[in-house]
Amino acid sequence: MHPTTHAFPENARRALSDERLQRVLATAGIGFIERRRKAAERLPEFEELRDRGRDIKNHVLENLDLYLERFEEAVVGQGGHVHWCATAVDARDAILSICRSVDAKTVTKGKSMIAEEIGINDHLEAAGLTPVETDLGEYIIQLRKEPPSHIIAPAMHLSKKDVADTFRAVHTELPPDRVLEEPTVLIAEARGVLRRRFQQADVGITGANLMVAETGSTVIVTNEGNGDLTQTLPRVHIVLATVEKIVPTLEDAQTVLRLLARSATGQEASAYTTFSTGPRRPEDADGPEQFHVVILDNGRTALLGTEFQEVLRCIRCGACMNHCPVYGAVGGHAYGWVYPGPIGAVMQPALLGLAEARHLPNASTFCGRCEAVCPMRIPLPKMMRHWRETEFAERLTPPAMRRGLALWAWFARRPALYHHAAGLAVRALRLLGGGKGRFARLPLANGWTAHRDLPAPQGRTFQQLWAERQRNGR
Amino acid sequence: MVETRARPRVGLFVTCLVDLFRPTVGFAAVKLLEDAGCVVEVPAAQTCCGQPAFNAGDRATATDLARRTIAAFEGFDHVVVPSGSCGGQIKRHYPELLAGDPLWEPRARDLAGRTHELVSFLTDVLGVAGVDARYEGTVTYHDSCSGLRELGIKAQPRRLLRGVDGVRIAELPSAEVCCGFGGTFCVKYPDVSNRMVEAKAAEVAATGADTLLAGDMGCLLNIAGKLSRQGSAVRVRHVAEVLAGMTGDAPPIGRSPGEGG
Repeated sequence: MHPTTHAFPENARRALSDERLQRVLATAGIGFIERRRKAAERLPEFEELRDRGRDIKNHVLENLDLYLERFEEAVVGQGGHVHWCATAVDARDAILSICRSVDAKTVTKGKSMIAEEIGINDHLEAAGLTPVETDLGEYIIQLRKEPPSHIIAPAMHLSKKDVADTFRAVHTELPPDRVLEEPTVLIAEARGVLRRRFQQADVGITGANLMVAETGSTVIVTNEGNGDLTQTLPRVHIVLATVEKIVPTLEDAQTVLRLLARSATGQEASAYTTFSTGPRRPEDADGPEQFHVVILDNGRTALLGTEFQEVLRCIRCGACMNHCPVYGAVGGHAYGWVYPGPIGAVMQPALLGLAEARHLPNASTFCGRCEAVCPMRIPLPKMMRHWRETEFAERLTPPAMRRGLALWAWFARRPALYHHAAGLAVRALRLLGGGKGRFARLPLANGWTAHRDLPAPQGRTFQQLWAERQRNGR
Repeated sequence: MVETRARPRVGLFVTCLVDLFRPTVGFAAVKLLEDAGCVVEVPAAQTCCGQPAFNAGDRATATDLARRTIAAFEGFDHVVVPSGSCGGQIKRHYPELLAGDPLWEPRARDLAGRTHELVSFLTDVLGVAGVDARYEGTVTYHDSCSGLRELGIKAQPRRLLRGVDGVRIAELPSAEVCCGFGGTFCVKYPDVSNRMVEAKAAEVAATGADTLLAGDMGCLLNIAGKLSRQGSAVRVRHVAEVLAGMTGDAPPIGRSPGEGG
């Protein structure tokens, strides 16, 4: 996926003027917020659980090498394979060569943000393979050749009607005059089409919500069961995960899973929570003949030991974007790449570079709602501010902004001059306003007045009036 | 009246926006504090808390202004701020900015401990249970993000407002959702900011309230500017003006004296 993150302001404008999208956004996110709130309220120890989740991940990040090695040992001990990949290119190559080794034609896929990050579908298609997304949302956007707009609800930007139109256009083998109104009918149609794909698949690729070091297990959560069919039916199961997904024990996995479902969808547990431990054993009724885990770094370990280390606690629940007023206004595509919302505003600069992604950490009011709901207590606003600091230090901040800031700071360091200048400024504004209570337009303030009036100052500064009051003995 | 020697000495941190746009809020704060038995002083050495620099990534300037503010407010029993945003900067971010500085970190922590947002200072520190004020109207209250999430201000203003004669409260369903001001955000990303304040204005209208109150001038300028652009009759004021009974001293934010309100 080619990033358009540098064009965030234009992307946002387009999203804001897209009435269809705005209608979807106006209702889509509300359910997530309510369900999460209720789920958190129902669990008395939810806040304590957040502390535990945070502590588990902090411990892991301090001992990442140890747990990754332990995980590898366990996987290999059970007859699986681990592929260490430093970059997206390495991971794509590793996956393609596994597919080629079994002469694969069709590859089914469970939902995976890492797969989006490395662009695996395009890579497999270019090599002549047919990747098929099996998560309903991912399937829909694959048919529409669109990127996901949300990390757990990839087709959140679409309405029921959009989905019906897409199915009618693509599923040409079905009667064109069929009725596609009820969600259950749409789901049944997708299920029917996908069922054949599951049976054809030679390789199944899933992501991993977790890797468990002590058992060598990978864990996925889904609500559709598509992940299970993706990983048990084909001969080969490839798990694609990034280094920070590791937890030490099954008990730790349980802690994270309890946080994940509640924070993501407000469920106590997802409909399916599936642990994969090695390939099929002789006594197993089913399962893949080969079990591969592709472990990708792609810039993550470079964040260790920096002020961004804590972002690696992320469990990809999506709560930050569900609660973000900026995401709610513009939707996920405006962010221009795989990770939208507050987590994207921290991750995208790390993965794409600040020159590409500098807008995202700036496009925040620091309202703090993301941090307030993050199950892993990641201080997202603080990290966005760190990116702004990096941007300022590297002189990527727009010159007008720098100059304005420098001028203001020059005055702010000189109180007497500042108070004098402030007095002159409000007097000038008062005169300019001609006694009106507000400005509909004001030179140099178009960013403000294009959309709203600027209330006029009262005419004198508090400091002037206070000094007067002191002189007059109040 | 409280005895003179027992009266706490309070330094008022005015904030840039109150100083420039709405001195009435400063005087309302002074009145509320004096009525509660405080001696109020306004150090002339104060300017800005430095938050604009801090949020623009200019840590050096933010740190410099933090040191100046710390020095300007040395010696007061309490420092009171009619803003959750500037209050949050001093309370939460000064210690973070000066962490590891052997001289300044303790001073930053000391100031942070003495600093309070106005309304929460009245209720939580002074134990003020009610104010002597009257305001005829149905008010709705917007929780400013910093006040709410950095300082835990939610119940305090509502508690005091309920004691104001004539006030009825109509809650804003998404009172905790950002209005889209965000400091320089509103001019850096005006279209996104506009969508956020549009949503806020629509909710304010839906409550049927005739007055919108909040505790931060940034949010208030933003919401008042949107409401007046839309031709709304809703009056917008800082909560301190109502609590101090000083709504007669100035027309609502964004209104001229002739327009009344």
